[in-house]
Amino acid sequence: MNIQKELEKRILIIDGAMGTMIQQYNLQEADYRGERFKDWHTDVKGNNDLLSLTQPQIIEEIHRKYLAAGADIIETNTFSSTTIAQADYDMQSLAYELNVASAKCARNAIETFLASDEGKGRSGAWVAGAIGPLNKTLSLSPDVNNPGFRAVTFDEVATAYTEQIKGLVDGGVDLLLIETIFDTLNAKAAIYAVKKFFRDNKSPELPIMISGTITDASGRTLSGQTLEAFYTSIRHAKPLSVGLNCALGATQMRPHIEELSQIAECFTSAYPNAGLPNAFGQYDEQPHETAHIIAEWAQEGFVNIVGGCCGTTPDHIKHIADYVKTFKPRALPVVEESLN
Amino acid sequence: MTIKPYLRLSGLEPLVVRPETNFVNVGERTNVTGSKKFARLIRENKYEEALSVARQQVENGAQILDVNMDDALLDGKLAMTTFLNLLQAEPDIAKIPVMIDSSKFEIIEAGLKCVQGKCIVNSISMKEGEEKFIEQAIICRNYGASVIVMAFDEQGQADTKQRKVEICERAYRILTEHVGYDPQEIIFDPNIFAIATGIEEHNNYAVDFIEATREIKQKMPLTKVSGGVSNVSFSFRGNDHVREAIHAVFLYYAIKAGMDMGIVNAGQLQVYSEIEPKLRELCEDVILNRNNDNNQATEALINFAETVKAKGKETVKDEAWRNEPVEKRLAHSLVNGITDYVEADTEEARQKYPKPLDVIEGPLMDGMNIVGDLFGSGKMFLPQVVKSARVMKKSVAYLFPFIEAEKEERRQAHLAAGTVNEEGAGAARILLATVKGDVHDIGKNIVGVVLGCNGYDIIDLGVMVPADKILETARKENVDIIGLSGLITPSLDEMVHIAREMKRQQMHLPLMIGGATTSRMHTAVKIAPEYEEGVVHVLDASRSVTVAGSLLNKDQKNDFITNINREYKKLKEDFGNKKVTKAYLSYNQAVENKIKLNWYNYIPTKPSFCGTKSFINYDLAEIAKYIDWQPFFIAWELHGKFPNILTDEKVGTEATKLYNDAQALLKKIIEEKWLTAKGVIGFWPANSNGKDTITVTDELSTVVELESLRQQVKKAEGQPNMSLTDFIAPKETGIQDYIGAFAVTIDGIEPHLKRFTEQHDDYNKISLQALADRLAEAFAELLHHKTRTEFWGYIKDENLTNEDFIKEKYVGIRPAPGYPACPDHTEKYKLFALLDATNVAGIQLTESLAMYPASSVCGWYFAHPESKYFGIGKIEKDQVTDYAKRKNMPLEEVERWLRPVLEYDA
Repeated sequence: MNIQKELEKRILIIDGAMGTMIQQYNLQEADYRGERFKDWHTDVKGNNDLLSLTQPQIIEEIHRKYLAAGADIIETNTFSSTTIAQADYDMQSLAYELNVASAKCARNAIETFLASDEGKGRSGAWVAGAIGPLNKTLSLSPDVNNPGFRAVTFDEVATAYTEQIKGLVDGGVDLLLIETIFDTLNAKAAIYAVKKFFRDNKSPELPIMISGTITDASGRTLSGQTLEAFYTSIRHAKPLSVGLNCALGATQMRPHIEELSQIAECFTSAYPNAGLPNAFGQYDEQPHETAHIIAEWAQEGFVNIVGGCCGTTPDHIKHIADYVKTFKPRALPVVEESLN
Repeated sequence: MTIKPYLRLSGLEPLVVRPETNFVNVGERTNVTGSKKFARLIRENKYEEALSVARQQVENGAQILDVNMDDALLDGKLAMTTFLNLLQAEPDIAKIPVMIDSSKFEIIEAGLKCVQGKCIVNSISMKEGEEKFIEQAIICRNYGASVIVMAFDEQGQADTKQRKVEICERAYRILTEHVGYDPQEIIFDPNIFAIATGIEEHNNYAVDFIEATREIKQKMPLTKVSGGVSNVSFSFRGNDHVREAIHAVFLYYAIKAGMDMGIVNAGQLQVYSEIEPKLRELCEDVILNRNNDNNQATEALINFAETVKAKGKETVKDEAWRNEPVEKRLAHSLVNGITDYVEADTEEARQKYPKPLDVIEGPLMDGMNIVGDLFGSGKMFLPQVVKSARVMKKSVAYLFPFIEAEKEERRQAHLAAGTVNEEGAGAARILLATVKGDVHDIGKNIVGVVLGCNGYDIIDLGVMVPADKILETARKENVDIIGLSGLITPSLDEMVHIAREMKRQQMHLPLMIGGATTSRMHTAVKIAPEYEEGVVHVLDASRSVTVAGSLLNKDQKNDFITNINREYKKLKEDFGNKKVTKAYLSYNQAVENKIKLNWYNYIPTKPSFCGTKSFINYDLAEIAKYIDWQPFFIAWELHGKFPNILTDEKVGTEATKLYNDAQALLKKIIEEKWLTAKGVIGFWPANSNGKDTITVTDELSTVVELESLRQQVKKAEGQPNMSLTDFIAPKETGIQDYIGAFAVTIDGIEPHLKRFTEQHDDYNKISLQALADRLAEAFAELLHHKTRTEFWGYIKDENLTNEDFIKEKYVGIRPAPGYPACPDHTEKYKLFALLDATNVAGIQLTESLAMYPASSVCGWYFAHPESKYFGIGKIEKDQVTDYAKRKNMPLEEVERWLRPVLEYDA
């Protein structure tokens, strides 16, 4: 299946939260460690990406649940699979391996799903290699007394992403998804790494999906950019899609996805959280509620790819898939060739 | 839908160059080659001032900022990186796109690594051949930058119109066909050279530029044309008046020809029509190379220039706010993040206010409050707030020596007077950290700043800080408060984890919780219960000051924590009321699932009497033997098990002292008969209806129906839904069962409290109150003991110690109306009626069913060996409706009394 062609035909569904699903397994330190890391010198509970190595059956099961719910695109469990993010667990050296393993989990899940009764009649699905935002940021100083200070350099970020990209590509992903972007410069380093990786390897580029995060009422990214400024800053990636995810629920995301649908030359995507978290950080929005709001976006022609972020479950995805399937996808705008 | 092929750039905000945009001003003063002042500032490492040069350009209308660090004396890469990183923290400058300007590509690349927006690279060219050009263009594209291509090739810089156009066309083909640039992202610089130099070949340079521009825009209409405008007037340097006129005239014609943008001194752009006509005409001749045979026009302009006294034009900038009072000016600087005047203004404020600290607590905090409000309402965003914090710090840094001097003065005064300096210990230390897994720390930084401003010593561990590091540092640095911050939701769990760790590691520091996802409710329900030494949610930075103050003030700390704990406990209860996650049985199902006791193996003990028995003036000395001391220490905020607390390493000395004082006071109370113990107990025949009603018949054959509530939450298999009624034999068994009740009080405290108050002796006053409470509880314990062994006598051979009583090891229970097993306070009316407690023991019920005197206890006696304490938990509306009917009370009234246990919102 060619994703470009499919996107012209229908709204595609991207899966929901991985972390929320992992929580339901109530895994303990020992589960995270598995046999291989039983003597690892730091605690690793919470390193969800590690589960692709130690509990791959769980990750595959979650992928299959999302596929069964109707997801056309599933995201690899690699949000933090970079040398920089893994340093929290002193697992930098595993970054490449984590990416390969996670990509394989997703591939296996699609294979077993398509072979299962549930998967009959489905023509396939795509694996999007998830490239997360990192825990260190290139545009903001962590030291208020020294605003010029940066905890990490562009080159370090690009190097870390390059390794992640190599792992994802070697593991067999179909797409690269740079997501939850709260600092555009980090995303630009990821784009730089993608472009350079494929050029250096003289291989055709995989399609890039880009998804930014509007953090609050200011309508800006955490690094201070407006949505249009953000889009302008990443447009050179010539992405397959650009969109928004995380931080906001569908209700709060609506004006931004509407704006994006007006300015984006490529396909648009949106996968909001299941509402805003309550005082306990839990997401209360019910599947039909999220789906209802997203269906309205589909009706208005704002979107080509929809799904869920924090707090969403296979049930949310199923509802979203059901609600949007009757609507036409957003038509790509015509980019004019003259100023007149 | 269509999208136009405009050049789109961005800083924090987008810049779209549309046909109607006319002309884009690129600010040129942040260029070390063009501005001596800027070059000096950078060389002297005065980056803050250098930023104000940039700000001035923006304020004067620059839409793009050209940054150039090409100076032989500078490390260009370092200077570019440093300046651009600093600039990113200045939202009012960073809002516009940056043009990274260098003749060294390595400096350009260093700059590209610092800017999140879509930049312009100024410039690349084919001077070193196509290969190098393509390589550099690809790199620029990978960073997402637009490029300025200088009309420069292997042969050199193009000076004629024809060469300019040829080179630009060649570059255009390469960029669009081989590199993947969109035409609108390509900007040409067809070279503006100096005219009127006296060299004849130079005379047509302006015309060549203007005409080349015209042709380039015809042939490649989506591309843009830019140029460094001030070059054109280079030969008139030193005469700004004439230079500005030349620029204005040059731009007038170049823009008409299609020039889209130019590097200009944004503050010094003259309006073409405002130039004095004589000068304008001379400029036109020179620029358009008219009437210029033998340099006539040039000479005419030079002659004119000499007659013009260069009138230094004042920088036009909105400085009206500088005329405001100093408080307003400080607020303006804070809100706009301007550091330029902060020291002067702070000094002015310092002289105006009595103490340097007043400046912080007054105008500076007021300004920060405005910042907080604007941020909260989405009108300011993070980078701005960080800047405001910096202005604040600067101001405080300025005030710091004055504050220190003042302290020193006081210290000296103390020394001279021979008194103790309360500040000798130094500032209290507060550790701040954004918890593991979270990168957000702006709020925390502001809190740090604000607290720092208030004289606290701040240790800021930054972001992503693991629990062990926080606690280890807290211990090593001997801090007084730990403040945790977080913005994303998983941080909440991490905070709970840290609180738990602090308890496990037996720390005693108070904990402040802040950050966007945190809430008073979450703190109350999830964090505070994990750690007893004080957990306080801090809504915002300004509030952090009062909270820290209260937590560190010896006199206030205990009260403050007690109040917070009480408040949070209430919040927690309220929250519990709202929880919806549990499954509930219908009331009928719950009754079905009652405790099924085997009544046929059980013969109830008949009490030694039926009816009531009163105890007036009971021997306090005997009651005192039953005192449970632990709550007494809790009342004094000394936590720990009694009697271990008396030898506790930390509080032992204090606890022992308190205990000895209390014993002495107790002895006095007993000997001097300060207080009177009064009580009444009663026993009556009773049976249940097998559901939730107990029918009691008193000595006058009056029938009283006691109504119970039943657990309704769905229990695990085999677990009953309990009700107190289950412990009384149902009527249908034919077994005669009994129930008892008691009410006790310790009376006569008022005159003694009054006396202590008059003597300002709070210590004894509080101890007396706490002792009266203990005596009432002890009296209840004593009567229960005697009831079991004597009055009811269902356990004749009980052999328990006081400690066993405290641990409730006895047989049978004495639950009180209003407590977990029977949460309905209104059943107290029946209890009081059965005992005639008000008349006999002198205990009044207030309208909210509290007992007066305050040191009073009442409850029911259940004797069944299987009876035990439990909590009702939450109940559903079907039960409440049934209960209201049984009690013959309006549903709303019942719901009001039962609100804490309602599972639903009433």
